[in-house]
Amino acid sequence: MAEHVDHSIDHSEHIGTSGFYWLIWAILIVATVLTAWISTIDLGVFNTVVALIIATCKASIVVLFFMHVKYTSEKMTKAVLLAAVFWLLLLLVLSLADYSTRYAG
Amino acid sequence: MSDRAGTGDSPLVLEHEDRPELRHHFADVVQQRNAASLGMWWFLGTEIMFFGGMFCGYLVYRRAYFPDFAAGSRSLNLIAGTLNTAVLICSSLTVALAVRASQLGKRKQLVNLLLATIFFGVCFLAIKGYEWRDEYIHHHVPTFYFDAHDLVRENPNLHLDPQHTKIFFSLYFALTGVHALHMIVGIGIFSVITFMAWRGKFNPEYHTPVEIAGLYWHFVDIVWIYLFPLLYLIDRRPGA
Repeated sequence: MAEHVDHSIDHSEHIGTSGFYWLIWAILIVATVLTAWISTIDLGVFNTVVALIIATCKASIVVLFFMHVKYTSEKMTKAVLLAAVFWLLLLLVLSLADYSTRYAG
Repeated sequence: MSDRAGTGDSPLVLEHEDRPELRHHFADVVQQRNAASLGMWWFLGTEIMFFGGMFCGYLVYRRAYFPDFAAGSRSLNLIAGTLNTAVLICSSLTVALAVRASQLGKRKQLVNLLLATIFFGVCFLAIKGYEWRDEYIHHHVPTFYFDAHDLVRENPNLHLDPQHTKIFFSLYFALTGVHALHMIVGIGIFSVITFMAWRGKFNPEYHTPVEIAGLYWHFVDIVWIYLFPLLYLIDRRPGA
C-alpha cells in the first residue's frame, strides 16, 4: 500500500450506470417469469434441476452486480463469500449423503 | 500535531480531526469502507449458515415425504409468490440505484430511492400477509387446528399423510416467517438510513451505511430467490 493516500481522489469504487442496473433488473424479472412458466411443463426430475439452476443464476447476478462483488477491491470479500458457500454445501451434501444412504427408498 | 506532541495523548487520536466520519484507526476512507463492507460480508456468511440449517431440514424432509411436499406446494398461491419475487427484485434495483445516487452525492434522488425501497418492502409483507391469511382460513397453519384433509381429498392418488403435510407447512411458515422478520428488520434499517440521507449525512466520500445496508437487503432478496422455487414450484406439472 502506498505511504501517502490522496483523500480527495478515490480510485477504488466502481459506479455503475443506471442503465446497467435496469438491464440487470430486466434479466432478473424475465428469469422469474421463466422459472414460474417452466415449472408447469413436464420435464420429469429436471423440473427441480432447472428451477435451482435459474435461482443460482439469479443469485449470482445479484451478488456480482448489485452487491458489487465483481468490482470490489477488497479480495477478502470473495474469500468470505466462497468460504460461506463452501460451508453451506458441506452442510447440505454431507447431510443428504447421510440420509440418502440410511434406509432404502 | 506538533503542539500536542509529548502530552501523552495517542497521536492517532489527533489524526483526521477535520474529518469526523473517518475513524482514527483507519488510514483513509477507502480502508474504512472496505473494512465495513467486509464486516457485513462476514455477517452475511453467518446468515447463510442460519438459513442453511433450515434449508437442510427442508431438503431432508422433502426427500422423505415428497408427495406431501408437492401437494402442499401446489396449494400455495403461485401468482402471489411470483409477484412477490418481482417486488423484491424491484426493491433490489432501487437499492442498487440508491447506492449509486449516494456515490454521486445526489441527495434528493437518494432519499426518493430509499423511500421506494421501503415501499416495495412493505408491499412484499402485505402480499405475504394476504397469503398467510388465506392459509389460516384453510387451516394450513401448523397448530392444533391444522387440517390437511382438503389436500388429501384433492390428491387421491398420492396417499398423503396429513402429519407429513404438516411438516411441509411447518417448514413453509418457519422459512417465510424468518424471511419476513429479516424484511421487517431491513425496513427498520432503511428507515434510519433514509432519515440520515434526508439530513444530508452522506456524500460521495462517505456513504458506507447506505452500501452495507444495501448488501443486507440484497442478501434477503437472494434468500427469497431460493425460497420461491423451493416452496412454490416443487411440482406444478400438469396432471401431477
